[in-house]
Amino acid sequence: MDRAKAIADKITSKHPGTKLEWVKPRRLKVSAPASMIKDVALFARDSLGFDHISTVSGVDWIAKNALEVVYFVGSTVPGQEGFVLALSERVPRDNPVVSTLIGVWRGAEYHERETHEMFGLNFQGHPDQSHLFLPEDWNDLPPLRKDYVSPGR
Amino acid sequence: MRMTLESEYSPDADRIMAVSLGPQHPGAGHFRIRLWLDGDYVVKALPDAGYVHRGEEKMGEYRNYTQNVPHLERPVILDSSNILFAYSLGVDELMNSKVPPRAQYLRVIMSEINRIISHMYFIAIQGLFLGHTTMITWCMGDRDFWIDLGERIAGARVTFAYIIPGGVRNDIPEFAIEKGLKTCDWFEKRMGEYEKIFYDNPMVHQRSDGVGVLSRDDAIAFGATGTVARASGLALDVRKDEPYSSYSDFEFKTPVLTQGDSWARAYVALLDMRESVKIIRQALKGLPQGPVRLKLGPQPRVPAGEVYSRTEAARGEMSYHIVSDGSPRPYRLKIGVPSAKNLRALPHLLKNVHIADIPVIYWSLNYWPVEADR
Repeated sequence: MDRAKAIADKITSKHPGTKLEWVKPRRLKVSAPASMIKDVALFARDSLGFDHISTVSGVDWIAKNALEVVYFVGSTVPGQEGFVLALSERVPRDNPVVSTLIGVWRGAEYHERETHEMFGLNFQGHPDQSHLFLPEDWNDLPPLRKDYVSPGR
Repeated sequence: MRMTLESEYSPDADRIMAVSLGPQHPGAGHFRIRLWLDGDYVVKALPDAGYVHRGEEKMGEYRNYTQNVPHLERPVILDSSNILFAYSLGVDELMNSKVPPRAQYLRVIMSEINRIISHMYFIAIQGLFLGHTTMITWCMGDRDFWIDLGERIAGARVTFAYIIPGGVRNDIPEFAIEKGLKTCDWFEKRMGEYEKIFYDNPMVHQRSDGVGVLSRDDAIAFGATGTVARASGLALDVRKDEPYSSYSDFEFKTPVLTQGDSWARAYVALLDMRESVKIIRQALKGLPQGPVRLKLGPQPRVPAGEVYSRTEAARGEMSYHIVSDGSPRPYRLKIGVPSAKNLRALPHLLKNVHIADIPVIYWSLNYWPVEADR
């Protein structure tokens, strides 16, 4: 817990606009404004050793009119493999534009593509945001948004 | 003259032919690879997933934490315990449950049995793709002994639904411990035979040595995990990195190879199974007494919170991002499956290879389309 807190302190002191959301043993979540997220990501990769993208998740906070995208990043630095950094940003639901982090973690490409089709988040600078898992002719709301209701429900 | 992707490739060039491999191809599974070919060479490949997408994550939001157990193991039925393991750990963490020691050991036993069941399927089909018929017949046959053992413990043969939030579904019967130890002894000898007939086979070496090499740096950049990462020199193993569920009680190694080719990716699976057998034996012998599950009731109350839990599944890091708002159902349930994490390496590895090498490389990634699609 202390070590995760120490990592979080490094991020928040280097980038004062970021906020520590929570810290648990081997886990920390930091949120950043959309304008800063790339700098924070580069700092986490190059200075803190979070170089191994685990997955990208999204959350639809419909009551707060916000979409959240969360990057879960692991590490290959010896002794730090057990730690996962969750880096998140929130954007308004009606204009969900974020910038891609493929330049930081190449492996985020397909995860971002999935988050795009499932939440309607638009990743600026992403080379290919065509459907990965959804059918090519999917013509409805992004299915993991809370206002999309599964057929029969 | 062979074209290369960077310099001369143009999809409009007359000599480039676009071909679909799958989704009905018997080797590809429910999955398509779009190929651009120049004669016998692949100049570009793009994976096209999603043929078996079932919306598991959306389904998870409609069901409560107990109802989610059976459907969450469907994406990867040959590794069913491991996909539930990470889910159970996540829900346990949210509920702050202390899982009894006997249940922790039983979870480990079942998880390692499932790892063997899954790896046996993997190397059986790798043998098939290399034209090595003995491997598929032997492995598919031997795999059944582990399925039998799973049946003795959990009562089902494939979809065990054994590891649940709060512990495991039922206790292990006494005779299954005996049978498990016997199976371990027999299987250790058997793995030596696989090594002789398959891994040391010059034909297998010729067809898979140096084929589809993933460098260590690329493995990091693409976020590769599990057998793929460990064959490329990345010592990543969640069991070691954050010893969950009593894994720190057992003595085992993380096998790591440095070649990064198709042979190494298949060989890591065998080395993994050797360690799994060691773990199963230790766990069966040292099984603590006590209860095997906490009473959570049909609709457990899960406090609000957010969790990212992960385990080492057969294919690599299995992770769950669960957001709870305090209601009986998860607000968000993200399944981070290892197949999806390794998928980004596929188009990279298929660049400039022979058509005949595609099945070998594709299957060596231990990719399971249903798991990736969810």
